[in-house]
Amino acid sequence: MLKRRAIGAIPVLLGISFLVFLLMHLAPGDPVSLLLGDNASQEDIERTRREWGLDRPLLVQYFDFLARAAQGDFGNSLKFGEPVTKLVKERLPATVELALASLIVAIVISLPIGVYSAIKHDSMLDHAGTAVALIGVSLPNFWLGIMLIYFFGGQWNLLPVAGRIEYGLQVRSITGLYLVDSLLTGNMPAFWSALQHLLMPAITLGTGLAAIVTRITRSSVLEVMRQDYITTARAKGLSERAVVWKHTLRNSMITIITILGLQLGALLNGSVITETVFSYPGIGDLLIQAIALRDYKLAQGLIFFFAIMYFAVNLFVDVLYRLVDPRIKL
Amino acid sequence: MRRRVRHLKIWVGGSILLLLVVCGVSAPFLAPYDPQEQRLEDRLQPPGLSARSARLHLLGTDNLGRDILSRILYGSRISLLVGAATVILAGVTGCLLGAIAGYFGDLTDEIINKTTEIFLAFPFLLLAIALMAFLGQGLLNLILALMLSRWVQYCRVVRGEVLSLREREFVLAVRALGGRDFYVLLKHIFPNTVASVTVVATFSMAIVIISEASLSFLGLGVPAHIPTWGSMLSEGRAYMYRAPWLTIVPGLAIFITVFGINLLGDGLRDVLDPKLRGQQ
Repeated sequence: MLKRRAIGAIPVLLGISFLVFLLMHLAPGDPVSLLLGDNASQEDIERTRREWGLDRPLLVQYFDFLARAAQGDFGNSLKFGEPVTKLVKERLPATVELALASLIVAIVISLPIGVYSAIKHDSMLDHAGTAVALIGVSLPNFWLGIMLIYFFGGQWNLLPVAGRIEYGLQVRSITGLYLVDSLLTGNMPAFWSALQHLLMPAITLGTGLAAIVTRITRSSVLEVMRQDYITTARAKGLSERAVVWKHTLRNSMITIITILGLQLGALLNGSVITETVFSYPGIGDLLIQAIALRDYKLAQGLIFFFAIMYFAVNLFVDVLYRLVDPRIKL
Repeated sequence: MRRRVRHLKIWVGGSILLLLVVCGVSAPFLAPYDPQEQRLEDRLQPPGLSARSARLHLLGTDNLGRDILSRILYGSRISLLVGAATVILAGVTGCLLGAIAGYFGDLTDEIINKTTEIFLAFPFLLLAIALMAFLGQGLLNLILALMLSRWVQYCRVVRGEVLSLREREFVLAVRALGGRDFYVLLKHIFPNTVASVTVVATFSMAIVIISEASLSFLGLGVPAHIPTWGSMLSEGRAYMYRAPWLTIVPGLAIFITVFGINLLGDGLRDVLDPKLRGQQ
């Protein structure tokens, strides 16, 4: 099963790499001229083109790009002067921490609303829940972030508005996740600071996801509630609480967990915007910096990395889903 | 009750979309001022009558003294134009490829399916960001980038529908009577996918409008001199504490528009495509 999926993934991975490779060549004009600016001499442009290997045939360049990428080599950032892989490694834990925190925010909001909407199906409560989910889906997350900064950071001065931790505080790196590392090392000031810095970005990123998961939870719980074994559970005289929380929710969880897993990849989408709004030092923020600085090598490497990560997470969840629920065939 | 709510959704959502269309089309007549007109003596005026020039600015002015209401009205044109153009272009491309893949199957299906998988491997906004970063700012580039990020959704839905429709008796009958492939696809199969496509298009419009605003917010949308809701928000951030209306008003405009379109999509889905209920 896994083997078949892995083989099926090869043409897709090749396609992704080709598309990412083509991006560099989509740029109107010469990327080297764009990077070096109007004042660059023809000699400088020619030299940089040779250094980057842009004077070679397109297909040769692609295979070279592919061979390097397969070894985890995405070249050096033109502005930071460091390997793209190193920059990604430095920034990735921040993005992972933000994604996980957003997932927790989404679960805390969506599960109760989704379950109660389904239990009170077609009531005012259900419609209110659906309306809240619709509002969540329609809120642009960058605006929500700005509004949170305005109220919680500016007006009420409750939370820090930028960064990952208070300036001057250090966390000994074990996993790279500040919350986990500060707890493991018993560094409570760093833990509180990291938590305060994470709260607003996690709410910003988690709200959109919460809206989607609320809808899925509601429909999934509704579907399970119509099953015969739920009628049996009720006929046995079980309390409504036991029917809902022990029988219905447990059986709805496969769908909900799958959606959460698949959305983990989609959180990368939002992380680009959220990290920019909060100047949160993750890979999304790095991508926007790379684009602003016209660091095409870094941007290309990051986009490739994002796509591979997204694809890998989706594939992993897909396979896991089928392992958990053997009724579904690959 | 359920039916009433369903129709209410369509009415409210449809009215908001209609309002957006009216605002966009008649912006030159509705806007009280030229959206580009700078009056530095009126800079950062809160909503209401300007204390300095006695001019009425219903939604206030920005850091260059430009009228926010006029810019919001003109900004709706970009949202509408980008939204409609992307939905049409992505819809036509996606539906065509989806129909071909589903109807002809075999190698054609395999190639189109793998292509959709490649595009689906990118989070869609990230793909749009990537394309805009390399293509450069511009209205056409923006529409192209969003179209390339969105056609896959239509392709998937239409392919699935066509796969099931091509085996139905009425299609087999037309083919047995000598109906040509293109004729069968266009006259008999495609009309049966319109309901699903309409639902996908409505939700897609909402996503495209948010994406356009996001790209403009990041400085990757249309050129800076054209007023858009996303770029207004981005510019307003610098004056967030002094002039909160600069961020509140464009944000609300995006939210209300997207909320209305999602509401319409929800209602249409309930009426046209009950299979998709509970999903988006």
